[in-house]
Amino acid sequence: MEILNVLVVDDEPGMRSGIERVLRNVSFTLPDIDKEVSISLTQAEDGEKAMEMIAAQRPDLLLLDHHLPGISGMEILEQVIGDSAQSPEMLAVMITAYASLETAVSATKRGAYDFLAKPFTPQELKATVRKAARHLILQREARRLAEEKRQVRFQFISVLAHELKAPLGAIDGYLNLMQDRVAGDQLDAYDKMIGRCAARLDGMQKLIYDLLDLTRIESGQKNRQIEAVDFRELAEQSIESYTTLAAQRDIAIELYVDSPVPMTIDRGELEIILNNLISNAVKYNCDSGRVDITCDAADGAVTITVSDTGIGMAPEDVEKLFGEFTRIKNSKTQNILGSGLGLSILKKLAQLNGGDVSVTSEIDQGTTFTVTLAQHQPIDEAAE
Amino acid sequence: MNENQGDITILVVDDDIDVREQMQFQLEAAGYNVVTAEGQIPAEKLLETMKPDLAIVDLMMEHVDGGFALSYHIKKIDQNIPVLLITGVTAETGFEFDAQTAEEQSWIKADALLPKPIRYEQLIGKVKKLLNR
Repeated sequence: MEILNVLVVDDEPGMRSGIERVLRNVSFTLPDIDKEVSISLTQAEDGEKAMEMIAAQRPDLLLLDHHLPGISGMEILEQVIGDSAQSPEMLAVMITAYASLETAVSATKRGAYDFLAKPFTPQELKATVRKAARHLILQREARRLAEEKRQVRFQFISVLAHELKAPLGAIDGYLNLMQDRVAGDQLDAYDKMIGRCAARLDGMQKLIYDLLDLTRIESGQKNRQIEAVDFRELAEQSIESYTTLAAQRDIAIELYVDSPVPMTIDRGELEIILNNLISNAVKYNCDSGRVDITCDAADGAVTITVSDTGIGMAPEDVEKLFGEFTRIKNSKTQNILGSGLGLSILKKLAQLNGGDVSVTSEIDQGTTFTVTLAQHQPIDEAAE
Repeated sequence: MNENQGDITILVVDDDIDVREQMQFQLEAAGYNVVTAEGQIPAEKLLETMKPDLAIVDLMMEHVDGGFALSYHIKKIDQNIPVLLITGVTAETGFEFDAQTAEEQSWIKADALLPKPIRYEQLIGKVKKLLNR
């Protein structure tokens, strides 16, 4: 229940009490935005009193008589609404004795939201208040959402800054060690330091690539190119690019797809999906492990599963998996580099392509990612 | 190299593998024995079987207060084990602490603080000072 604070400013006691009678105990629902609104009413008999009351507590809605002794309705408008940067959440409805176009124009210029021409019916009054309430509440919701978005963005950027600083700090540290010749003449110690620097630079580069992917996905898909591709062919290419890494740890990657799987999709997006799935399955595997990839097309959907025989995850970790920069930290993952963005990207891409991602995992047994995608993306939509 | 420091063991606790590696290099180059742990819980487990002559603990591990909690734990085992807290906090938040006065030391259960990035001379200097007390 939202409470709308309404201040009536009119020098005629009859008008004030009339409005009070109509609006007292009035509440209404705004079904389209799912809000219920009730009204709390205060009154002022002249402009001076009104300014005092507004200064003490800003109402949401001002019902303002045009003709007032002393400070006029127009002057109040100018002072409290005209400065709209300071009062974005207060609306004024001008009450005019005669509905002249001239008054209307000059009040609008000063920021009035609406008019009520005397004499008005209770229905007209209620409808006007209701319209203003709806406007105010929508405005507030929009502002709240914008603020929320700003917060999320801010948090993302602080974490990102930290993630970029960490490898720089590590590399800086090794350079200092090497400069100080800390290991004396033990050359293999320096090789190790150089190796770690290279690994942290790789990680940083991956983070930047992932960020670019994420930005591209989020900035609308202006550059999407939906075309006919064969899943099997792309999967084979992706596997090819990870065979060296897999072979170093004696990990076998197997694709169980007998025939071409035609899809209509952005090639780059499917590549990102496959690379993310396969690189994770290799990275989080154990030595001499396996990666099994399957793909089924049925009822317009393609279901891809990628299973590994790796370190697995606890159920509470699975829940956190798709957040940005959430990497599962434990003794088994501490030497595995990752940007913390890969799965967030994977999920966004799957959803963008009419599907989703799910995970099942068991500690020390392995993890299976299941990605569903619509087999054929509508081409028109992408051309927009 | 200081050969005579070989029987002094220093525990290094940090969740960043490279910080651990670098400190191990630096401390071993100065002739100390080094044992490392990647977090508060592995460190506490390690402390069941060994007692270091000094502990170097990162303030911000997986939990914000991980470093404080571990320092407290170490001081409970033996009040005389010096604890050097490593902080990256100053650079990131502008929030500075120090453990110079008695009042500060009473709530920060550490004997000294060292901000990141860690330079060799600073680290070894602090370690020597703490061990000689």
